[in-house]
Amino acid sequence: MNELAKELKAISMDDHIKETSPSKTVLAVKVDDLTVAYNYKPVLWDIDLEIPEGVLMAIVGPNGAGKSTLIKAILGILKPLAGSVTIYGKPYHKQRSLVAYVPQKGSVDWDFPTTALDVVMMGTYGSLGWIKRPGVKEKKAALEALEKVGMLPFKNRQISQLSGGQQQRIFLARALVQDASIYFMDEPFQGVDATTEIAIINILKELRKAGKTVIVVHHDLQTVPEYFDWVTFLNVKKIATGPVMDIFNDDNLTKTYGINYKVSVQK
Amino acid sequence: MNLQEYFSLVFSDYTLRTITLGTAILGAVTGMLGSFAVLRKQSLLGDAISHAALPGIALAFLITGAKDSNTLLIGALVSGLLGTFWIRGIISKTHLKSDTALGLILSLFFGFGMLLLTFIQKQPNANQAGLDKYLFGQAATLVESDVWLMAIITGICVLVMLLFWKEFKLLLFDADYTKTLGFNTKFIDILITTFIVLAIVLGLQTVGVVLMSAMLLAPAAAARQWTNSLSKMVLLAAIFGAFSGVFGTAISASQDNLSTGPVIVLVASVFVIFSFIFSPSRGLLFRQIRFIKNRSDLQLQKTLSFMYHIAETHENISHPHTIKILNNFQGFTRKSLQKLVDKNYVTIDGTMWSLTKEGFETAANLYNQNIKKDE
Repeated sequence: MNELAKELKAISMDDHIKETSPSKTVLAVKVDDLTVAYNYKPVLWDIDLEIPEGVLMAIVGPNGAGKSTLIKAILGILKPLAGSVTIYGKPYHKQRSLVAYVPQKGSVDWDFPTTALDVVMMGTYGSLGWIKRPGVKEKKAALEALEKVGMLPFKNRQISQLSGGQQQRIFLARALVQDASIYFMDEPFQGVDATTEIAIINILKELRKAGKTVIVVHHDLQTVPEYFDWVTFLNVKKIATGPVMDIFNDDNLTKTYGINYKVSVQK
Repeated sequence: MNLQEYFSLVFSDYTLRTITLGTAILGAVTGMLGSFAVLRKQSLLGDAISHAALPGIALAFLITGAKDSNTLLIGALVSGLLGTFWIRGIISKTHLKSDTALGLILSLFFGFGMLLLTFIQKQPNANQAGLDKYLFGQAATLVESDVWLMAIITGICVLVMLLFWKEFKLLLFDADYTKTLGFNTKFIDILITTFIVLAIVLGLQTVGVVLMSAMLLAPAAAARQWTNSLSKMVLLAAIFGAFSGVFGTAISASQDNLSTGPVIVLVASVFVIFSFIFSPSRGLLFRQIRFIKNRSDLQLQKTLSFMYHIAETHENISHPHTIKILNNFQGFTRKSLQKLVDKNYVTIDGTMWSLTKEGFETAANLYNQNIKKDE
């Protein structure tokens, strides 16, 4: 456990040294006046959001704040009531190849008859298009992604026989295979142990170093300053968005969570 | 005619051959498509579709006055599709859950269909007899053209499945993700559903409205027990389905024309029960055996680790100790000690035991192994 703590600290130190202020001129994602409602209840209300290229951003907010809904609406999984989304200045359906998605682990049936490698291969289906089958090139890409998340020894494992953390890594590998510019991840740290959490955050930081934009729905407020350089507070409406250094404070936390938040934030 | 005669006649007798071929094809195609329905958790969809087809059969008869199967099946197809898309509409447009929507449409259509059947039976002309065979099915009424129709539709179905295999698998596993990759999920969904409706309508004449859904579910449920690969599951389900069809028809035809539907369904259920008990990885029997084996392994490990803690304190790990000190330890028996000797972990000399090098290393790694497995 001591070693884990050390490594965690090392990660956060590393973060502060290599902190680069992201270029604010290029917008990876732009959301305008987005409103989404389930039945009659608005889940997202008039969201305006600009995500600059190259940030590692957390979306935080209480349960039911619409964090997953925001991602799903951006990706076109849900139809918004109003508003528009652009990816690098163009509508999403023209920019699909630039975007990868890691859904919540619980959103699929892990007893589905397939193997880890097979699931990761699914990441190549989008670039293949209709009917064409994955070949040698796609398999190679999938194996490389498995290697990156440390799951190569489990490639032929039936997915139900993987632990929760391993399943999460498989989902991550599937998104890595897409080789996108923007990654959306819905609670990738949910129900994983400390080792997996470190493995995942290291991969996310690598992605950012490579100039990718990573947007993560996140629940653990304590780790926000350690892991992320950009943050969006969300509770049906957008409360605030910007660099963690500037806006991750008790004031915004209180506005978002509705109670007087006592977490003192280290800067 | 008994079963033996049936199978000796099946290759020479034209009628029997037609019927057997028909039910085999039917079983194969419903088994295949059933795999998709089961994995999408739409097991009840088949039930709803087949029941929804009944008023179509009755109306087709009332409108045309014809009784040939093709006319009636077109009626069944229309009302089956109507019911299916009505269900989809209810699920997407209202707060109702899918099981409620399925149940509603199933009973509404079936009730209406039964009403029409009773009305038809009260008609004065004698032509109406035989419509009620669509309730429980009668394979004996199959003719060559029916079988051709089944074969052609099954062929198209297999072709489409091979063509869109990747898309089908993706949609079955993760529909939202499929959407983000740019595939039109509605199209894939409608494709799968349409084929399920087609397969069910084809089977109505043979298996009947009431039990048709079992043809969809039973082979797929049985197949899932034997494999962890989607393609093998679909193939196995097709084989199980075909066998259920053939055996069911054979039994029903050899026993004074029993209704075919119930017999086929019973045969398919035998496949299911057998699979649930005897499947090596998921079956109840082997799971119980593994459980017992694990328990006895654990017993040995307990004894071994106890020995390890004693041996650990000595410089020479194989330093002999008296067996008596083991008696304090729960779970120790002569038998378990003998098993450890068999595994070459322990040697016994009179009333003394000592750990071998191998036993010592195994004991030392007992807990580490567990950690490794979890990673």
